Amino acid sequence: MSTLQSSRTPSLAKGEETLEPVVELSNVRFSWAAASPVVVDIESLRIANAERIFLRGPSGSGKTTLLSLLAGVVAPREGTVRVLGQDLGKLGSAARDRFRADHIGFIFQMFNLIPYLSVVENVCLACGFSERRRLRATRAGASVETEAVRLLGHLDMADAAVLRRPVTNLSVGQQQRVAAARALIGAPELVIADEPTSSLDADLRSAFLDLLFRECAQERTTLIFVSHDASLAPRFDREIAFSAINRALPRPATANAP
Amino acid sequence: MRQPVILVLAIKSLRNRKFTAALTVLSIALAVVLLLGVERIRHESRESFSATISGTDLVVGARSSPVHLLLAAVFHIGNATNNLRWDSYRAIATRPGVAWTIPLSLGDSHRGYRVLGTTPDYFEHYRFARERRLVLAQGRTFEDEHDTVLGADVARALKYKPGDSIVIAHGAGDVSFSLHEQHPFTVAGILARTGTPVDRTVHVSLEGLDAVHEDAGDGQAADPLAAIIGGDRGAAANKPSTPRAITAFLVGLNSRPAALSMQRAVSEYAGEPLTAVLPGLALQELWEITGAVEKTLFAVSALVVVVGLAGMLVALLTGLSERRREMAVLRSVGARPAHVFALILGEAAFLTALGVVLGVSALYVGLLAGQPWLESRLGLFIAVSWPSAYELGLILLVGLAGVLIGLIPAHRCYRYSLADGMTIRI
Repeated sequence: MSTLQSSRTPSLAKGEETLEPVVELSNVRFSWAAASPVVVDIESLRIANAERIFLRGPSGSGKTTLLSLLAGVVAPREGTVRVLGQDLGKLGSAARDRFRADHIGFIFQMFNLIPYLSVVENVCLACGFSERRRLRATRAGASVETEAVRLLGHLDMADAAVLRRPVTNLSVGQQQRVAAARALIGAPELVIADEPTSSLDADLRSAFLDLLFRECAQERTTLIFVSHDASLAPRFDREIAFSAINRALPRPATANAP
Repeated sequence: MRQPVILVLAIKSLRNRKFTAALTVLSIALAVVLLLGVERIRHESRESFSATISGTDLVVGARSSPVHLLLAAVFHIGNATNNLRWDSYRAIATRPGVAWTIPLSLGDSHRGYRVLGTTPDYFEHYRFARERRLVLAQGRTFEDEHDTVLGADVARALKYKPGDSIVIAHGAGDVSFSLHEQHPFTVAGILARTGTPVDRTVHVSLEGLDAVHEDAGDGQAADPLAAIIGGDRGAAANKPSTPRAITAFLVGLNSRPAALSMQRAVSEYAGEPLTAVLPGLALQELWEITGAVEKTLFAVSALVVVVGLAGMLVALLTGLSERRREMAVLRSVGARPAHVFALILGEAAFLTALGVVLGVSALYVGLLAGQPWLESRLGLFIAVSWPSAYELGLILLVGLAGVLIGLIPAHRCYRYSLADGMTIRI
């Protein structure tokens, strides 16, 4: 089923240098229920291929809701959300889930890992739900597990002792790198990281970004990196202030916002 | 080649919660053991009772309730309220239409086993199960008043063989203080196993039983009432050629439909008040009495199943709040809410199935292990056979109930994962 899905979406190889943006939102309005207030109201947002976006905004500004829209977990009430040219609003919820599995990698702030799976199993999980990513991960002829270990190696996680350790015994920094490997395995076109570094200290934060950038650059992966830590912004291609694009937020006094 | 990812997740997740899962499975298994065990014992005890007497048209004894008489005379449960006179027995036994009779005299025991005084007709006419007759495993039937024929369990438990000498005691207790030592018996034969109370009975001839009580004197007669009834005669004759009284007798008729009219004739017998029982009808009456208890037992065991499944529900629901995070991660890698639903429901179904399988296995192991004990202690022969259609139905019902109960946490989790999406709730 997932192969059927992937054939309908433009392949990276053909579309990468075209003007087709990876993410394109127009006049998107979203509220959790028909009667509840609009939490996301974005007139336009375009993110080009292989762009590294720093999406900044205070918590509670609807960032997470925007990510849910991009990931197809929820559908907009108005407007269109296009990811890789695919209008997500036109897909059913199951098809959106499949689309996410095939094309988007996710890294959360914390609790990224399934506690009862090993490090490698956690990384391979992304390929369990997507045939497309499984095939891409095994392009080189190796197994998914080998690819997982290779990626973990790129993220300085190749130590056999670390790989064998229960994921609950890993440090936060190590956990985030495992999560990054899972988001990157099978080369999804878009990686969304939701405050992945906010539980790391400054040194680790920088090292994590280095690793993430290197991997994304290799596969020309588009990266949307959400954070409220403005000090990281200069390392990205472009910074988007979420409060500036989300019209659902109260306009005035943005300067004083915490 | 690849296992479905949801299955792998379900297995690994369960393995991670081995202890809770094992407890859940155990409680379901125990509930299943109880439910099926109660049903099995109910069914088998009925079978065993029904199999004890076959081919006998009437059981006749002194006036009492039919169930009481049947239990005392045939199953050796409880004691007959009264004896009946030998001449009453002869009067009925010689009526036209009577094919055969077996007199039964109870009241003594040998090391906890009932002693039955009867005639060689017993070995000729007594039938059990489906018209099976008694077969000797060793030796012969009794030929004189010093011979005894043992049931299979008696011989096995007490390690008797033909030629051994035994002494019987007055009363039916396990330990008796008045032994009839003046009149020992010699084991003449041992019966083959029947799976009925016959296996736990010491058979002697009526003459032998009488001789025991003659030697011991009137004061230790089998039954105080019998002593009163037969007292004057016993004192008059030195050695009576016929017994003075018996407990009951079995009647076989030439034609079965005549049983009802014979029953009426017996109850109208002028000599003394008598009761004639149609074994099948008396058993039916017994089932009506025990039916209420059985229903209660069944209800209790059904409730235990409900408790077992409720335990699973609690375990699943408790785990759910901490698994919400896990569900968010799964959603982020592309799991559909349907996957999440299947994960939880599958777990419930798996735990229930495992519990049922374990319960059924434990029941069979228990039956095999407990069979000899049940048989020797309660006289209950439980056949270890494949589950009946009814039992299979019960098993299926428990499984179905487990799946239905699994729908609750599965649906909850489904709704969570729809509402949470990829938001990680802490």
